[in-house]
Amino acid sequence: MRITQGAFSFLPDLTDEEIEKQIRYALRHGWSISVEYTDDPHPRNSYWEMWNLPLFDLTPEDAHLAMREVAACRERFSDHYIKAIAYDARYGRQTTALSFIVNRPAHEPGFRLERADRHDRTMAYRVHSYATDAPAGQRYEPRGARG
Amino acid sequence: MAPTNGNRAKPKKDRWGAGVTPYAEMGYYDADYEPKDSDILAAFRVTPQPGVEPLEAAAAVAGESSTATWTVVWTDRLTDHRHYQAKAYSVDPVPGAEDQYIARIAYDLDLFEEGSIANMTSSIIGNVFGFKALRALRLEDLRIPPHYVKTFQGPPHGIVTEREYLDKFGRPLLGATVKPKLGLSAKNYGRVVFEALRGGLDFTKDDENINSQPFMRWRERYLYSMEGVNRASAETGEVKGHYLNVTAATMEEMYERAEFAKELGSVIVMMDLTVGFTAMQSMSKWARRNGVILHLHRAGHSTYTRQKSHGVSFRVLAKWCRLLGVDHVHAGTVVGKLEGDPRNTKGYYDTLRENFIPENPEHGIYFDQEWASMPGVMPVASGGIHAGQMHQLLGYLGEDVVLQFGGGTIGHPMGIGAGATANRVAAEAMIQARNEGRDYFHEGPDILAKAAKGCPELNAALEVWKDITFDFESTDMPDVAFTATPV
Repeated sequence: MRITQGAFSFLPDLTDEEIEKQIRYALRHGWSISVEYTDDPHPRNSYWEMWNLPLFDLTPEDAHLAMREVAACRERFSDHYIKAIAYDARYGRQTTALSFIVNRPAHEPGFRLERADRHDRTMAYRVHSYATDAPAGQRYEPRGARG
Repeated sequence: MAPTNGNRAKPKKDRWGAGVTPYAEMGYYDADYEPKDSDILAAFRVTPQPGVEPLEAAAAVAGESSTATWTVVWTDRLTDHRHYQAKAYSVDPVPGAEDQYIARIAYDLDLFEEGSIANMTSSIIGNVFGFKALRALRLEDLRIPPHYVKTFQGPPHGIVTEREYLDKFGRPLLGATVKPKLGLSAKNYGRVVFEALRGGLDFTKDDENINSQPFMRWRERYLYSMEGVNRASAETGEVKGHYLNVTAATMEEMYERAEFAKELGSVIVMMDLTVGFTAMQSMSKWARRNGVILHLHRAGHSTYTRQKSHGVSFRVLAKWCRLLGVDHVHAGTVVGKLEGDPRNTKGYYDTLRENFIPENPEHGIYFDQEWASMPGVMPVASGGIHAGQMHQLLGYLGEDVVLQFGGGTIGHPMGIGAGATANRVAAEAMIQARNEGRDYFHEGPDILAKAAKGCPELNAALEVWKDITFDFESTDMPDVAFTATPV
């Protein structure tokens, strides 16, 4: 399966050049950039690991600095999901403005839907990530490990 | 505008004499009145009956929507009546419409119960729209001051919280209303939910008239829909939702349905405008208390919002909905099958989403509106839209919007999932192009065509709906439009 979180998961994986264009767009708006990674991509996992503190005060010309962080995170966690996040601190927003996946494991086993019968035909559902059966750090293969 | 007493000459009577005194002379017109910051201001489009003076017509509107009745009553003198009188403070002819006037009327804050849309509407649109001396009357806009705004909590979640809850940022949310709207059994219905969500949509939706009919009772629909939602979530790794319509005949039944939706883990429920302001406000409080997003279908609104000369503009209804507290409300598509002039629609979207909306006649906005930090409502565009219009939808409506493609998903020649995928790919490709700085509004067809090369689902969608537009003249456009508006 292919996890389709983030703004561009239905497109072919973005190239580095395309990622940089998105970062430049964010920087034109004065948004900060951060990079986060995880090997627990449950849809309700709100807190991926922060690769760095958000990069504040970059200008569009500094997009390569953000790209450097993307590359470094990929280097270290190539077997993880990694997302680039643009954050809008303006009054009235103060939330994420754009978030998209920039790295994913070679093989994505996905999720199992668990059902527990309850009263009166109601069902308790649980989305279970196959990968999280293994301990953190041993859940996915890095890209390139498979063909 | 006094009731007629035939041709008998009327002796001039004093303000408080028994009988009829013109509204304007009773203080309901006051050209010198300077509205207070705390006043509620209304802009009415007034069409007096032939022979009725515009100033008197405006004063009558002010009178009949505040303290007045048709004749003088001495009991007014037991009150500080000037304080309670609404005051028409300006009356201006509408350019290009000889018989119409815009009357601006100020109401003291004291006239309204705190936190009650039912009360506010009973005051401002309660009696006056049937007034015989007016041929037509339309409430165009309201300025609701922070003093009154702050008596409401507004949307139970709002745009920011909803996005964080769903973990979806930087693109429009995508939805579809299950079709056919009537007749599917619950099991078949849940199939549509599942396929559409798995294919790439964020939401599916009950239609307004899907409540609990003999062919599908609500409880069955909820059970199967949630199976579809959860299956789709597991297959995509995304948070998904189906708007379970809790509209019912009584509040008790609405609560029962909402509680069941919550128990099943639904992130969202919906209701119809037809349930009324009080029921909507009750559901809003329920939704906040229970952490369930609340969607509003504006069923029935066009009976009074559409005609330019009579009724209530949707921009006013949008303000009431933000105050009484919904997270979503349908607000027009511009390009779809339902009424929606682009500039007026921009005004509605701004009214729902922004914190401050400046007066702007080109967008039909008559007053500055300050929302005093009240969260924004996510507008919903639904009705006759398809993937091939993605550049126009993004251009007109922006990204804080739910785009709902019902027929445009379920009617896809390769199936429901393919229809959903086509819409999602089109939306993502357009956002990507916009962010890259391309002139996506004009290059839209090229951007879509390129995206369709790698996506047979989008390719098929573009092919089947390529010539579908709904190009009819709008019945309601701002007065400053370059072309005259038919009325």
